[in-house]
Order: sequence, then structure tokens, then C-alpha cells
Amino acid sequence: MTNVNLDINLHYVTRVEGHGNIVVNVKEGKLEKLQWQVPEAPRFFEAMVIGQKWDVVHHITSRICGICSIGHTLASLKATESAMGITLSERDLKLRRLAIHAENLQSHILHLGYLVLPDLLGVGSVIPLASSHPEEVKTVVRLHKAANVMSDIVCGRTTHPQRLIPGGFTKIPTKDELQKIKDTLNAEWKDIEVVAKLLKALAGKLPSFTRETEFVALTSKDEYAIYDGDMGSTDTATEPIKNYKAWTNEYIVPHSSAKYCKHNRPSLMVGALARVNKNYSQLSNKAKSIAELFGFKTVCHNPYMNNVAQLIEIVHSWEDAIAKIDELLTDPNYDKQVGPSAFTVKAGQGVGAVEVPRGLLFHDYTYDANGVCIKANCIIPTNINHANIQADMEALVPQVMTKPQKEIELALEMLVRAYDPCISCSTHYLNIEFKD
Amino acid sequence: MTKPRIAFFDFASCEGDQLQIVNLEERLLELLQHVEVVAFREAMKEDSDNYDIAFVEGSITRPADEERIKKIRANAKILVALGSCAAIGGINCLKNFRDQVTVRKEVYGDKWELFDTYEARPLSAVVKVDYAIPQCPINREEFLSVCKALLTGQKPFIPDYPVCVDCKMAGNVCVFEKGMTCVGPVTRAGCGACCVTEGAICWGCRGLIDNPNTYAHKEVLQKYNLNPAELTNKFKLYFGAKPELVKNPEVSK
Repeated sequence: MTNVNLDINLHYVTRVEGHGNIVVNVKEGKLEKLQWQVPEAPRFFEAMVIGQKWDVVHHITSRICGICSIGHTLASLKATESAMGITLSERDLKLRRLAIHAENLQSHILHLGYLVLPDLLGVGSVIPLASSHPEEVKTVVRLHKAANVMSDIVCGRTTHPQRLIPGGFTKIPTKDELQKIKDTLNAEWKDIEVVAKLLKALAGKLPSFTRETEFVALTSKDEYAIYDGDMGSTDTATEPIKNYKAWTNEYIVPHSSAKYCKHNRPSLMVGALARVNKNYSQLSNKAKSIAELFGFKTVCHNPYMNNVAQLIEIVHSWEDAIAKIDELLTDPNYDKQVGPSAFTVKAGQGVGAVEVPRGLLFHDYTYDANGVCIKANCIIPTNINHANIQADMEALVPQVMTKPQKEIELALEMLVRAYDPCISCSTHYLNIEFKD
Repeated sequence: MTKPRIAFFDFASCEGDQLQIVNLEERLLELLQHVEVVAFREAMKEDSDNYDIAFVEGSITRPADEERIKKIRANAKILVALGSCAAIGGINCLKNFRDQVTVRKEVYGDKWELFDTYEARPLSAVVKVDYAIPQCPINREEFLSVCKALLTGQKPFIPDYPVCVDCKMAGNVCVFEKGMTCVGPVTRAGCGACCVTEGAICWGCRGLIDNPNTYAHKEVLQKYNLNPAELTNKFKLYFGAKPELVKNPEVSK
């Protein structure tokens, strides 16, 4: 051990959204420096929405992230609706849950199929797999497309949705369109089974690393929470989302000038693994059987299992989306109501929280009497996870430091990728220059 | 014949434009038969400085970005700006209307000095851009048609008429008739007026057309007795790059 020397400098971890670096220095078996760095350009969204009216704020904040634009739009709308006391119809609440299912599906399939699978098959990207594993790649493409078609039909567009507005929707899918989504989802079950089997056969390549941490996710007595709920933790009692600042406490650590978050421990994790850990009993039956196939047991403290948790959630969202569509199709009043809920613009403050692909997302706005935004705060899941990524690396490196450098690098990259970080989203809180 | 080598890069952006390329689904697999992707950090581990066409997403928002985009420009035979942020500065330019130090202090508090930034600007403020595919996010079909043109040695076609033309062809009721304001009359078409079709307004994400008929736009506003302040604000959403930075005649054609 004592003669191990490592100098790892992975400049821009690939196959993640945004720019992140890993720096590891080990001298004579002693870990001298380990940093998960984020050099992404900051974008200042909280300052950009100041002075903007209630009816454009969600359009702007959608642009925080291309991959989770539906989630950002919904968190934004929920904050505005909470500030102005706007309530939605049951129908629109169901449609919004469909919107979030569609996005989580799109994002999880993209992550597992295009970004993680190459690691498990030992190649640099999905491109060579198109020749070496053509059927598997086409299956992933079909599933990804099915999720995108669902976003298109419910939201108007897969990215930066137009139909979602304060109080509801500008336009809703016709029953024929809903039937089309349902038929597509039903036809794709066999493809999901193919992907599940493929990942099961490769699951042994996921490192069996564990480090105990706190998992935080929305939780609700009514459902597997993605659109609504209170803040739940695997460590502490549940609290309402208005207390979000006490659950995210930004802090500074000596070895990094990036801001981190903590709640009950020095770091916490949000995302698919946190949701599955916290709300396992409310998963759909098929989702639970996938969990059993992979031997998933709560509370699972292996961050690499976030990949498996995403697969479990794909199955849950698929099944729950079909159930929600059935409810909408049998609603005799489905197309009788028109337009979004009516409301009066007023001053107020509101917090909106939703579970996006990478975890719990908060938007918090204050409006004046004219409906102009005077204060904004957004807490992004990748930002919440950065401290946990750093803590995992600090625990992982001493365990693997005697292995060949390439293997260590791959383990570290796979760890970052397992979190499916969305760095562009999170950088409005992170430092951009690392000073040694 | 060797396949053209293409590369993707991004600056301050949401990466939503590169996502639209992934969202081409099975047609992306077809495109890959005709090109060799040599750099695409979001999707692949391999990286190369040897490429023919660079597609670049995002705005330039800090001095450090300039060196990187200049290097990409030097390496690429053809540079294509991908999306509103790269083509016109886009939503990032909203912060240009406020004092840059205030913006930094509001978001980063007493650590504001660590966060370098200047007024957001399109790629063309720093380097010569050969073609631009605007829109937020880009239209996948337009990306494919630009690729087809470039691969066959033709000049890509990007419309230079207003969104109103697309909107009429889509059969939409004019949003001014609904009492809302819209920047479609001066915004570059090519999107099929997709936002109006989905029940929203045209936000202007494809940027101003080359010779906008501002007189006609003013007439429309007068006809419908609309509030100029509201419209001015809508203009800020995507047209916020300083005019002298939108296109630098020294370096852009």
C-alpha cells in the first residue's frame, strides 16, 4: 500500500450533462488531494427572472436544463401557483403527472441506454454499439422514442414544453392521442423486458461499493411521490416543503470552494435511488418484481445501484402512466372543461417541489402585487448531490488505490455517471475557478 | 470516400440542442452512417481536435470562453451555431439588462467575486460563424436538413421571413386577436409557429429577421391597443444581446 502513487486528472468527465473534472493525487499510499470539480459556466437564472412577470417566469426557468426542462417548468409553475393561490383541476393534475413520467422515462432511458451501457460493455460510447449490438441499441431507441412521443403529446414538445402554464394547460391531448400513447406503452413492454435482461446480465460490472448516507425524496401517503408530497428522509421525520432551506443548508468545505448541501449528515443523496429507498412499498407491482430480480433491498447504500433504481422507476412510470391514461380515458368530463384555472394576480411567496430524473428540485419565488417576480431561489438536485459524490470518492479511492490506474479512473467515472449529474443545472451555485 | 468528421461542443447553455440530436432516434443511427462523430462529450469518451464540421451550442459568457471557441474555430472547416444561445445569445442575455456585479451578488452573495461573467453574447461576437440553426431548442428536422446540405456541398436554407408566415400556414388564430402580445411579426420563421400552434405566443427564440418590418409591427400594436412596455419585455427574452455583439462584421460573413 505504502508505495502506491496516483496522479489522476480526468478533465471533463464524459457522458454526463455538463462539465466536471476528477482530480486525485496519492503519494506513497497517502491520499493527498481528491476533488470533484465543476468548471461549468454559471448562468444566473435567479437574477434573470427578477423583474419578470408571473406568465413568463416558467418559460425562462425551463431553460435551466434541456434534459429536465419539463421538471423545471413544473417546479416553477407550482411555486407561482402556490404564491397566487391557484388550484388545478383533477384532470390537469393527472396530465401533469403524465408529463413528469414522460420526462423521467426519457431521461432514465437516455442515461441507462446511451451513457451507462457503454461502460458495462467496455466501449467509449453508444456509437460502436450500433454495429456490435444493433438489436439492443434499436430497442433502447424505440423506448426513448416512446417516452418522447408521450412528452410531445402531453406537453407540446419534448424539451422546453409550451402547453404547461400557470393554472393548467394551454391545450390538452385528445382522447385519441391518449389512446395512442397507451397503445405505444403497451406495445413496448417486451422491449423493457429485453433491456432489463440485458442490464441484469451486466449488473455484475457495477462495483459493490457501499457507504452509508442519508436519502431524501418527496413522500406522500397517496402514491409513489413524483409530482407532490412532503420531504421524506431515511434518517429523520417528514416535513413540509416550505422548510426546504433547513433540508438543504448550503455550506463550504475547506478542500473545495463549491457549495455543498447537507441535512442530517455532512452529505445527502437525492434521485432514483433515494426515491426507491424511501418509497419502495408504493412502487407498482412490475417495478417491485424488477427490484427483486436485481436483489434490491432497502435501504440500499451503493450509489452505483442508482442505475438499477432508474430501471425500477422506468417500469413504475410505464405502468403508472398506463393507469393514469385509463383514468383520463374513462372520465366523461375529460374534454368538457376548457382552459386553465382562473385566478387573480396577487403578491405572495410560494415554493414548488417536484421529483425530476436526478432528484428533488425546488423553485421558490416572491411576487409583488403586479405579479412581478422580486426574489427567486432554485435548489437543483445535482447541486444537492455534489457533496455526496465527493464523500463517495473519498471512501472509494482508498479501497481501490492498488488497482491499475485505468480501473480506478473507470470506477470514479462510473460513480459520477451513476449519479446522472446535470451539471449545467447545478452551476448557478458552484464555483467556476479552482485555485490550488 | 472518407466520411466527414463532425464534433459537438457547448458553452453556457442547457444542452437541450444536443439533446434534440439524440432525439432524432432511429434517424440518428442513419446519420451516423454518413458522418464520423469525433467529439461529443455529452455522449462519448473519445475526443479529437481533427474535425471538418463543428456544431457549437451555448453563449459566450466569460472572457475564458473566448480562447476555447477560437481554438474550435481554428480547427473546424465549417462552424455551425446550434440553438438560440449560440446563434443570437438567447435567454442568457436576459442578465445583460442588469448590472453584472449586482447579478453576481444576487446569486452568489459574498462569494460573488469568484464567479467571473460578462454580458452574454452569441458565438459570432468572437469568431466567424458559417451557419446558424436558431431556435430554443433547435428543430430536429432543420438540423437534419442543414446536415444534408452541408454533406452535399450546398448552402443550408434558413428562412428570412417572419413567423407570421408559418403561423398563417399552420392555420392558427392570430394571438393578437386573443388579446396577447407576440413577437412573431419580426421573428425569423422556420419553426412552423410551433409555440402559437401549442397555445402559447411566439417568444422570438429564432431571433430577428434580417430586415424586420418594425413599422408593420407598430401598426399591429396600435390596432390592438397593446401595452408597449409588455412588448418591450417580450423583446428582452431572446433579443437581449447588444446589437454590436450580435454580429461582428470583422469576423462574420
